[in-house]
Amino acid sequence: MEFKFFYHFGRFILMIKGMFSRPENMRMYWKEFMHQCTDIGVGSLGIVFIISLFLGAVTTVQTAYQLVAGFIPKSTIAQIVRDTLILELAPTMVCIVLGGVVGSKIASELGNMRISEQIDAQEIMGINTKAYLIGPKILAALITIPCLVVIAAFLGIWGGLQAGMLSGIISSEEYMKGLRAAFDGYNVFVMLSKAFTYSFIISSIPAYYGYNVTGGALEIGRASTKAVVVSCILILFTDYLLAAMLL
Amino acid sequence: MIELINIRKSFGEKVILQDVSAKMEAGKTNLIIGASGSGKTVLMKCMVGLIKPDSGQILYNGKDFTAMDDMEKKPIRQEIGMLFQGSALFDSMTVEENVMFPLDMFARGNYKEKRKRMQECLDRVNLKDANKKYPAEISGGMKKRVGIARAIVLNPKYLFVDEPNSGLDPQTSLVIDKLIKDLTAEYNITTVVNTHDMNTVMESGDHIMYMHQGLKQWEGSNKDIIFAKDKKLNDFIFASEFFQDIKEMRQSEYFQDNKWRGGKQEGGNKTNS
Repeated sequence: MEFKFFYHFGRFILMIKGMFSRPENMRMYWKEFMHQCTDIGVGSLGIVFIISLFLGAVTTVQTAYQLVAGFIPKSTIAQIVRDTLILELAPTMVCIVLGGVVGSKIASELGNMRISEQIDAQEIMGINTKAYLIGPKILAALITIPCLVVIAAFLGIWGGLQAGMLSGIISSEEYMKGLRAAFDGYNVFVMLSKAFTYSFIISSIPAYYGYNVTGGALEIGRASTKAVVVSCILILFTDYLLAAMLL
Repeated sequence: MIELINIRKSFGEKVILQDVSAKMEAGKTNLIIGASGSGKTVLMKCMVGLIKPDSGQILYNGKDFTAMDDMEKKPIRQEIGMLFQGSALFDSMTVEENVMFPLDMFARGNYKEKRKRMQECLDRVNLKDANKKYPAEISGGMKKRVGIARAIVLNPKYLFVDEPNSGLDPQTSLVIDKLIKDLTAEYNITTVVNTHDMNTVMESGDHIMYMHQGLKQWEGSNKDIIFAKDKKLNDFIFASEFFQDIKEMRQSEYFQDNKWRGGKQEGGNKTNS
């Protein structure tokens, strides 16, 4: 398979550049932006709730299993759960899942619009379709996904507490004590930096693949799969880069 | 009026359009006909700016559309309405939202005025009781009507129609053809229709351009086409056995000698441009 990195990168940059133009009608752009916020943000709340709750619970149980030395206080479990969730699990795991959910939705929606000539219809009307169709999606993702990541971090920590209490690993007092101990606000900054970067990847990469679909229904599926795979790889790659740069 | 001057377009090695020149006149239904793969859709996409020709000019009332950037094209694009082959309705919107969309995006005026205009257009295309339905819930003919209503809602100067009869039964096709012809005359629009449907050609072809392998092979009107002497055009028109009677009739001495039109020469021009 031919890998045209510079070809795709160039087209991607041109797509992003093409998004910056004066809106034809601000009210319609605002309406589309709010629609995307609902779709991407509110629409993903359920899956984020389930993933983060279980991530926190599993982290608590597995951390307790690995802490065999008796002299380590149990409150350490809560510290580890907190920092793991804030630094890695909430932003990275949640965004990888959202890359699948939101990414495939964006790619297939735009791909379907391209194939059925809906994008051409808007172009002929004189609408900048890159600005109208892609811009609000990226903006909505940049705003709602970091909020989802913050919610995921809170829910994960709460899930860890519930799992710890239910399985008798740790009491709620010890867990709370651990959560308050040696808290570094910088970790939250790292989490939000990751969340913003991943939000851009999750929205822009599928938009690129969906917007540029050619062919038929089969290609929409292919574009959707490709978009999710590339997004996930880029998330993991930038995860390492950000960790190396920020920590 | 739309004027095409020496339009050329290739995709890689494959030449799709070869120096096509034509004039599309206002208030008339201008048809581009030809077999599949003859380049008529590419030509229409060049005309509306979806594809950039390799060379040549497209003039909208004398203004060179091909030399304009996206910002300069916007005012002309807002004067263009287009009905796509598959209607291209926005499937997340209802029928009335589809027709309201161009109004919401570009028209001035309050909500009440916009709704009134939307309803006028839906009434004009005889679409009743479908306002709240989604495109997936209506028939192919109704989709075409919604597409036409959306195309005319901003009072366009130019109307482009790509294969208006594809997927429609003959009766509905005739209704759509008549609607396009009537709207063209009513609003004095420059209408360009891509088709290979002979009913459309005979019903509404004020000006017809026949394309063959990227070349303009012949042009004339629906009155001339039956008696045209271009072999490729005749092969295209009389491909169906249903037209054999006409083919035989036109080969008779009466028509060969142009006695039927008082000895005048054949209408239309064989052009090959």
